[in-house]
Amino acid sequence: MTIKLKEVDVVIVGLGWTGGILAKELTEAGLKVVALERGALRSSESDYSLPNIRDELRYVVRHDLMQNTARDTITVRNNPTQEALPMRRLGSFLPGEVVGGSGVHWSGHTWRWTDMEFNIRSNYETRYGKKFIPDDMTIQDWGISYAELEPYYDKFEYTAAVSGKAGNINGQIQAGGNPFEASRAREYPLPPLTPILASEMFSVAARNAGYHPFPRPSANASQPYTNPDGSKYGGCQYCGYCQRFGCEANAKGSPHMTVIPIAMRNPNFELRTHSWVTKVLKDSDGKRVTGVAYTNLLNGDEFEQPASMVLLCAYAINNVHLMLLSGIGQPYDPVAQKGVIGKNYCYQTGAGATLFFEGKFFNPFMSAGGSNATIDDFNINWAFDRAPHDFVGAYNVSGGFNTALPIGYRPLPSGTPQWGSEWKRATAKWYQTAMTIGASGSVMANRYNCYDLDPTYRNAFGQPLMRMTFDYKANEHKMGRHAAQVINDIAKSMNPTKLNPATARTDPWTVVPYQSTHNTGGTIMGTNPRDSALNKYLQSWDCHNLFVVGANVFPHNASYNPTGPVGALAYWTADAIKNRYVKSPQPLVPA
Amino acid sequence: MTKQKFDRRDILKSAVVGGAAVASTAATVTPNPTALAQQTTAAPTTSEAAGYAFLNLEEAAFVEAVVDHIVPADEVSPKGTDLGVNIYIDRALAGAWGKGERLYMQGPWKQGVPSQGYQLPLTPAQLYRAGIEATNVHCRKTYGKSFDRLEPTQREEVLIGLSTSKIKFENGLPVRVFWTTLYQTIIEGMYSDPIYGGNRNKAGWAIIGFPGVIAVHRDNVEKYRGKPFPSKPIGISDMS
Repeated sequence: MTIKLKEVDVVIVGLGWTGGILAKELTEAGLKVVALERGALRSSESDYSLPNIRDELRYVVRHDLMQNTARDTITVRNNPTQEALPMRRLGSFLPGEVVGGSGVHWSGHTWRWTDMEFNIRSNYETRYGKKFIPDDMTIQDWGISYAELEPYYDKFEYTAAVSGKAGNINGQIQAGGNPFEASRAREYPLPPLTPILASEMFSVAARNAGYHPFPRPSANASQPYTNPDGSKYGGCQYCGYCQRFGCEANAKGSPHMTVIPIAMRNPNFELRTHSWVTKVLKDSDGKRVTGVAYTNLLNGDEFEQPASMVLLCAYAINNVHLMLLSGIGQPYDPVAQKGVIGKNYCYQTGAGATLFFEGKFFNPFMSAGGSNATIDDFNINWAFDRAPHDFVGAYNVSGGFNTALPIGYRPLPSGTPQWGSEWKRATAKWYQTAMTIGASGSVMANRYNCYDLDPTYRNAFGQPLMRMTFDYKANEHKMGRHAAQVINDIAKSMNPTKLNPATARTDPWTVVPYQSTHNTGGTIMGTNPRDSALNKYLQSWDCHNLFVVGANVFPHNASYNPTGPVGALAYWTADAIKNRYVKSPQPLVPA
Repeated sequence: MTKQKFDRRDILKSAVVGGAAVASTAATVTPNPTALAQQTTAAPTTSEAAGYAFLNLEEAAFVEAVVDHIVPADEVSPKGTDLGVNIYIDRALAGAWGKGERLYMQGPWKQGVPSQGYQLPLTPAQLYRAGIEATNVHCRKTYGKSFDRLEPTQREEVLIGLSTSKIKFENGLPVRVFWTTLYQTIIEGMYSDPIYGGNRNKAGWAIIGFPGVIAVHRDNVEKYRGKPFPSKPIGISDMS
């Protein structure tokens, strides 16, 4: 029997960065907020602490902080002619399942996405003509501008202790920063991290090639810091255990040590952990949502939590899943190209080279989450002419290290045996004397890359799994070839003893091994309800008291990591709710 | 039977057959010869750490032979069993991971295409068991002996066959899936924290100069830029 609870102002589904930001902001605005989180409450003091947090097997290999696929997963296929099968364990991407979500185990890379993304279709049509964009590439403008988001980027960077060097302050190019970045109002809150040898060597080679290297901005506090909310950070210890781990030093910007504890101290807030939301409930005319149904994972009790407003703040994939399970909005049909929920699922691509330098010690175990130097010359730079290369999109190139732990990272020159003494000697010789250069590339929306509900497989609650249909298209293959060439040219100029060159990725996308936890789209924002699920305030076009926050709102995926705009959009939405919606609960943009 | 080929399966089998001889024979097998050898090469090994929680005798012999072939003793490190890789594997298979924790185990079961990942109706422990059995079927058919009794060149041939999928298992198990699981667990046994039974004395980390759980490099990142870091690896139990 379902127990119906007392109505609250706001129910938040999922308590990571977006849920945490909204919980803090809305409770401070006087709203009564309940957050429902599937995972458990863990803390830096007792869970992400020495020595136990330094356990590659537990956190990287066994996915201790991640979604448990035994209970709920997705089915996958590369194209609609295949039968989708369950992703039976995690691999390619790693959604978090804990209070703090993926904000606990991220590396902290924090970027500002610009109008190059937000006006993507207009930009390419204007520069290269309508025919430059392939017919099946369903990219569209986002309906938001960089100028609107700038103050919110700033707010997120100061909250999350981003260390970096500005490249453009109020239109003035700054030495040492990224000259291609959009204008920002002020410097990063903290100076860049101490460079490591690999990033320095990459920077020198990139500069010699005429590129513009800069330190990657990362929410790894380069020195002790107190953010504007009073949350205290320790300085990064370059411990080498960043990605997949909680931070023992509280140096990595994470919601569990910033916005969430502030919300938890507010009497307007209540957190219910181990709470699995199965459905968003609608009223009889389907114009409003009335709350959510959820199950207490500790005893199976089922509840209905009524609320005046529902905010979906789970991992991007799970937000879309809940929309489909709840029947809100029209599901996307790739054949008819009608409907919006599930549309424009995107991922990222990449290429990488490993450089071996006999006798040079890189100490790969001494690194922060963002110990990289990066170039954006082939990214947010229109001077890079796409026309001769015939692709839409961009990539950035980096040199450095991020979590080079030994179960997963043991670089070997190609042709090395897989076992025996020769293998061991090579492993011993090259672990510390190799470095990598990698590209992270955008993926443009394609009509056939999408989500819907699987017809066969079900989760532990008897609900259909979400089905993901995804593959890289010719556009991404072409970009990969270009990126591989740029990487290899830089790598060769560094004269390594041996080089495993980068190659373009042209094989189908696979669920193993790990690639990137940057899944985007599915409930995209846009300018009208015909081609998007949400308006620019991330408010559902169908139910105005439902907001869906996360990378699921991105209409396509850029080369940058998504958390910068995810955090900025959460603050942007919080302001729209506080300042406008609560005063007049109705659509914030006329349909 | 030569002394070198002396193997505890033989002792135990004869013990069982021997009936009245059981008690006296059994006394000779505790501690087992492998554990004794380990004590002479790799220092402090508690008696509790030896012995198997999951692997049966044939499987244990297979795993010991495989890990010692993949990780031979040389100037770089002790051999696989002296690193405890076999013990790591046994504990992993006996534990939650081996039993399929976090694995979506609902049918229907179809093999699909490789890009769809793992699709077998088997927990890792069941996969391991079936894979060892199938490998030994192949070995007996090809060489007349189980894997652990093969000459090094024959073992090499079998591992090449497994790693390239040139061997096909008669029981229908995909060779590639067994090999990748076997290989991955050996790597884990070499490089995971010693609390899991492998990487004994942190000798796996010592191969590559990995410092283990050491946490504070804030000053080292400058001090040792481009220089070897003098590390004596530290594990979780050293700090607990």
